[in-house]
Amino acid sequence: MTSVAHAQPHAHGGGDAHHAPMSFWRKYIFSTDHKIIGIQFLFVSLFFLLVGGILAMQIRWQLGFPAKPMPGGGLLPETMVSDGHILPEYYVQLVSMHGTFMVFFAIMPLLVGVYANFLIPLKIGAHDMAFPRINMWSFWAALLAGLIMTASFFVPNGPIRSGWTNYVPLAARPDLSGVTVGQMLWCISIVVLGLSSVMGSLNYITTIINHRAPGMTWFRMPLSVWALFITAILGVLALPVLQGAAIMLLFDNVLGTHFFDPAAGGQALLWQHLFWFFGHPEVYILILPAMGMVSDIIANGSRKPIFGYHSMVFAIIGIAFLGWIVWGHHMFMSGMNPTLGSTFMVSTLLIAVPSAVKVFNWMGTMWRGNLRFHVPMMNAIGFVSMFTIGGLSGIYMAATPVDIPLHDTQFIVAHIHYVLFGGSLFALFAAMTYWYPKMFGKMMSERLGKVHFWLTFVFYNMTFFPMHIIGMGGQMRRIYDPTIYNFLKPQQPLNEFISYSAFALFAVQFLFAFNFLWSLKFGKKAPQNPWDDNGLEWSLPNPAPHGNWEKVPNVYRGPYEFSAPEAGDKDYLPQYTKLPTDRDPVPAPVPAGH
Amino acid sequence: MRWWLPDAGSTFAGPIDGLFTAILIITGIALVLVEVGLVTFVIRYRGRPGRKAFYTHGSTRAEVIWTAIPAVTMVALGLISNHYWVLIKDKKSVPPNAYRLGVHAKQFEWQVTYPGPDEKLGTSDDFTVRNQLHVIVNQPTAVELTSEDVIHSFFVPEWRLKQDAVPGMQITAWFEATKTGEFELGCAELCGMGHYRMRARVFVHTPDEYKAWVAQQAAGGTE
Repeated sequence: MTSVAHAQPHAHGGGDAHHAPMSFWRKYIFSTDHKIIGIQFLFVSLFFLLVGGILAMQIRWQLGFPAKPMPGGGLLPETMVSDGHILPEYYVQLVSMHGTFMVFFAIMPLLVGVYANFLIPLKIGAHDMAFPRINMWSFWAALLAGLIMTASFFVPNGPIRSGWTNYVPLAARPDLSGVTVGQMLWCISIVVLGLSSVMGSLNYITTIINHRAPGMTWFRMPLSVWALFITAILGVLALPVLQGAAIMLLFDNVLGTHFFDPAAGGQALLWQHLFWFFGHPEVYILILPAMGMVSDIIANGSRKPIFGYHSMVFAIIGIAFLGWIVWGHHMFMSGMNPTLGSTFMVSTLLIAVPSAVKVFNWMGTMWRGNLRFHVPMMNAIGFVSMFTIGGLSGIYMAATPVDIPLHDTQFIVAHIHYVLFGGSLFALFAAMTYWYPKMFGKMMSERLGKVHFWLTFVFYNMTFFPMHIIGMGGQMRRIYDPTIYNFLKPQQPLNEFISYSAFALFAVQFLFAFNFLWSLKFGKKAPQNPWDDNGLEWSLPNPAPHGNWEKVPNVYRGPYEFSAPEAGDKDYLPQYTKLPTDRDPVPAPVPAGH
Repeated sequence: MRWWLPDAGSTFAGPIDGLFTAILIITGIALVLVEVGLVTFVIRYRGRPGRKAFYTHGSTRAEVIWTAIPAVTMVALGLISNHYWVLIKDKKSVPPNAYRLGVHAKQFEWQVTYPGPDEKLGTSDDFTVRNQLHVIVNQPTAVELTSEDVIHSFFVPEWRLKQDAVPGMQITAWFEATKTGEFELGCAELCGMGHYRMRARVFVHTPDEYKAWVAQQAAGGTE
């Protein structure tokens, strides 16, 4: 099947390892194999996802039952919990660290660390990343950053108390926040994480530009690779801005500089501009890879080419470009000149356009398809339906006058969770199930996967949809006890309902965890191409060996030729299948230095 | 339990709630279109053996239509929104006859400075009250927002008014309350561990009531 017309030169050191047996340490711990690094990222970020979830449960306990002692609260130290009651300072730490862990150590590494690493070489036909050792360092830096962040729970005064956004002067003044070491650890951890991200991103960009298989032209790349490519560009440009800001914040805390302290000549809004100049592209770092992988899975599940491939690519680029000029929409109420607000409103509203194009194209892909409802497809459809709600609820806040009552309320909490849970996390459930056989050579249980999808879908909506209502009613974000406000008291039953739903949502995630771990050992052995897919990765055995291909396959067509007439009886036509009418591609020139 | 925005309490509520409703209708239509479409496709095109999917790479016409419609809608929404945004937030929109108050935020309280009997801020008969905001109904009011320490946010849901108070800046926020009675002022920006209890009582008075209250305060009384 794999026709080889020429010898692909050895890309780099990674290829040598093909035949040499390696020790456990070289193979699984200090690995330079992009697939192992992806799996390392997977386990570490799933752990942090669990940590973030546990923090969320405590937040929901406090919001649902503010007067009652938390079950298990006695296990926590006196500085966090008193008589079983969550203390206000601990509550603020909970919301700050839930956001920090979920954004920086769960969703971002799950999407980028795991799938950029795992998929890019496999999908473009490369032996490994362009810089395998830098890739290894990127993982170790991320893990170190995660450990530093976790350590802040165990230092005097605990972790940050200024939200994951660390607005200044609160975050810059230990005397006002009550946090000392925790704030420094946050800054240091973010700087290290930024290093990891930049190393990773440069690697992804270089690999995609230089190491595509012969015939893998730009417009034959799967949308997952396109999305990861654009995401890497966002990462390499955005993270350094945050690193710079975090270093300034660190200096304010440690060296007594006053970048952000107006009392001594600094600027409070400067932090917000820097943070959101990073932060908004970051939001797209957290959704674009999800969109890309969902595109691959929906085409597969529909047994149809993706509808409007080129528009999909340009929509990714459009979202990424607009993502740079909308940061001010986080600052509509900040005291920034209202005329700037008008500008940011227009750019923000325009992002709805490429987002709508993507949703309609996914629907166009399903239209007149022959749908297969495997677990990845179900989660991918869940993604489309939930991302739509998250996208549409964004319009309320983009329209500046309507943002006035909604800004900094639970409405925005609902919005961000529709995008990051309903969007990114459903896409991740899809992706984890879909590429599980490629990672571990086993299939996850289909039945458990379906049960998990439906329960998650139901409890997820029961948890997050009512937050819109609570937010419309005016409940501010990050308040410890809504019941002290007369106008919020009548909403308390709904807060309780949200909390019960959130507990159920958390509980059913153990189905996924069980399925994931159980299938490692007891899962059905995966066939070579379990989803009848077209991607290059399925030309390899499961799991694929270090170095991937002996000789990389030629690519003859785009990635979505499902149900093509020339496929004959089958309803798919892999990129690497040579038909009698196909001509071999001209091999790409060997990059200099090899 | 309300399932809507709080009862309207200022002149801003009209346009903001109207715009909210308009967006609810637009996004409602889009949402129904997408979700009903998805469910229909899931049922109608579910896989059956022997059937083949319709092989197509898309349609330029469809792309143009579903790019153009959202684009036009969004630009229109932006233009309409901007009209009201300028009316509410632009410095030049503060009515010249606005009654001026000073609101100074600090961890974790609101200090409201009133102009006193001479109705001028910055004179010797000014007086400051903690955590009580008294205003006159149907009278444009401008608050000069400042902060002592960190960023806070002035939020009265019934008035549809929110504005951050930023240390080092003086920000004018104006409004015209339309309903008398008692309301609440909360802080909408995380300002430390006491963020949740940074609450003030808000009283909207008739002019006579307000005058009486000011006289009482000037005489050294409480409330």
